[in-house]
Amino acid sequence: MDAIEVIDGGFFTTVQDLGRYGYQRYGVPVSGAMDLFALRAANLLVGNPRSAAALEVTLTGPRLRFLTDAVIAVAGADMEPRLDDWPVPMWRPVAASEGAVLAFGATRGGLRAYLAVVGGIDVPVVLGSRSTFPRAGLGGFQGRPIRVGDVLATCGDPLARVEGRRFPTEQIPTYTHHHTIRVILGPQDDAFTAEGLSTFFSATYMVTPKSDRIGCRLDGPPVPHKGSPDIISDGVPFGAVQIAGDGFPMVLAADRGTTGGYAKLATVISADLPRLAQALPGDRVTFRAVSLDEAHRAVDEEEAVLDRLLRSSPIVFVRRRLEVRVDDAVYAVALGLHEQAAGEMTVETVERDVQAIGDGMAATMKVTIAEARDSHR
Amino acid sequence: MMAVYSEPRFLPAGDRALTVELANEISPEINTKIRALAMALDRLHLAGVVDVVPTYRSLLVYYDPVQLEVSELQNRILNLSHIEAAVLPPPRVLQIPTHYGGEHGPDMDFVVSHTGLSAQEVAAIHAGTDYLVYLMGFNTGFPYLGGMSAKIAVPRLETPRTVVPAGSVAIAQQQTGIYPVESPGGWRVIGRSPVRLFDPSREPPVAVEAGDYLRFVEIDEERYREIEEEVQSNSYRFVVTEKML
Repeated sequence: MDAIEVIDGGFFTTVQDLGRYGYQRYGVPVSGAMDLFALRAANLLVGNPRSAAALEVTLTGPRLRFLTDAVIAVAGADMEPRLDDWPVPMWRPVAASEGAVLAFGATRGGLRAYLAVVGGIDVPVVLGSRSTFPRAGLGGFQGRPIRVGDVLATCGDPLARVEGRRFPTEQIPTYTHHHTIRVILGPQDDAFTAEGLSTFFSATYMVTPKSDRIGCRLDGPPVPHKGSPDIISDGVPFGAVQIAGDGFPMVLAADRGTTGGYAKLATVISADLPRLAQALPGDRVTFRAVSLDEAHRAVDEEEAVLDRLLRSSPIVFVRRRLEVRVDDAVYAVALGLHEQAAGEMTVETVERDVQAIGDGMAATMKVTIAEARDSHR
Repeated sequence: MMAVYSEPRFLPAGDRALTVELANEISPEINTKIRALAMALDRLHLAGVVDVVPTYRSLLVYYDPVQLEVSELQNRILNLSHIEAAVLPPPRVLQIPTHYGGEHGPDMDFVVSHTGLSAQEVAAIHAGTDYLVYLMGFNTGFPYLGGMSAKIAVPRLETPRTVVPAGSVAIAQQQTGIYPVESPGGWRVIGRSPVRLFDPSREPPVAVEAGDYLRFVEIDEERYREIEEEVQSNSYRFVVTEKML
């Protein structure tokens, strides 16, 4: 079902899901969302499975027109999203009516926002995933970031009722400009001198503008190897802290090659990868070593937040239809998906709903409803 | 003498992956053990194993810590570590028709001047060997090949190309490879093959897999065009033979 028309693609907006696993042995990178926590949360907020595909918005957001009524959620970086001229609350499901335009402003914290749409973005599943890997033109929307004129579909039919969820407010991440990132030593920490290890854990590194979905490149005191920086190439996980001959750490990310030939001092724990994914160029990063047990406890805590979200009282959206009587004729007016209010719909709630539809239409609608109200008196 | 560890070494690779190292050197025997272990682990269909990435002498096993305890994973792997290479299918030799030099091999002239050989000799040496595919990696189906002659070893490009066309056959030091998709690259390109090595609509998406052998077969420009058309119309079939060991 055609659901979204791209008016402006933004800086770098791609379709991503949890990633393309099972094909790394053929050299196919995983890809997937950089901030997997925000992606999963955004999906769950609109009632999608956590694995649904969403849009990853980078630095400067796109402008999108909805071609059908939808329920959306924006999580991750706060880029001041607006639906027509109404601010869209972050980390919460929101109704977007047919014709409404979603726009983003400048980031107020964080680098990547995730836009989930009810049903999930529908692009062909390539090698088990909808994620985009632009370097090979693989997956996503035609293998590339979206741009003006593209029309994105969503999965499934238009829904009469959508059950969204609430995000535990106190758990909403805040993105600062200094990140303490926890790592697990290895697999090749023995390739570095004791001085190198102590430098790595005491220094403050700066995120460079060369960072991208392949890796977060850091500037700061170089970390010397004992001998050669090269190892016999092996598999590299998301979060691997690879250090090449120049001594500068690079944290490998979603679009990394499946294998690499440089020694890896440590691996960022998965619960801290979202914060690194949100780091802006110029942000500062320090590293702290933790045990595998502590890392797995952090995974459990992250899961607990998502479980709380799933168990929260639902926010229900229903498709509203209004019967309007003008003189003796009755007109049916479709109002699209709207957050369900308690009790019966009153004329006041109708007026508010109508105003949310959009400029040109709202003017017409208000007149009609004013007449309807009059006729009821 | 193979320096295989008596027990696999488990190295932490974060909280969702585990490196399983069997040795610290490159050899066909060690690589065979790695592929046998990967296949045995696949066959367990262990809940919580997300991906298995075999390389020269180690496996990277991705797991979901919510579903699978790392200690359980390690025990399962220890139980498999004496697996025999006999579980693997017999190796295949896949022919890669290659047009050497000319517009398809822009670095052939460099290789000629660096080695003192003629272009015909370089092509004959490069095409005269079965190369073991140790692993697929880096970026969409790049086969890492072993066994190239030192006679045609050359240094990498000083400045890597931003675009190397798909099918480019390249060498660097004592390594050779073929670029399955267009990508940046720093190896010396000596020829090109019209065959399609990576196709995401196929399952698996690659024509060659780790454990196969590749043999480059020299073709002329006319045959190159013919095969190119066969590939376009999906009528091209790889020439595959069984490897005589």
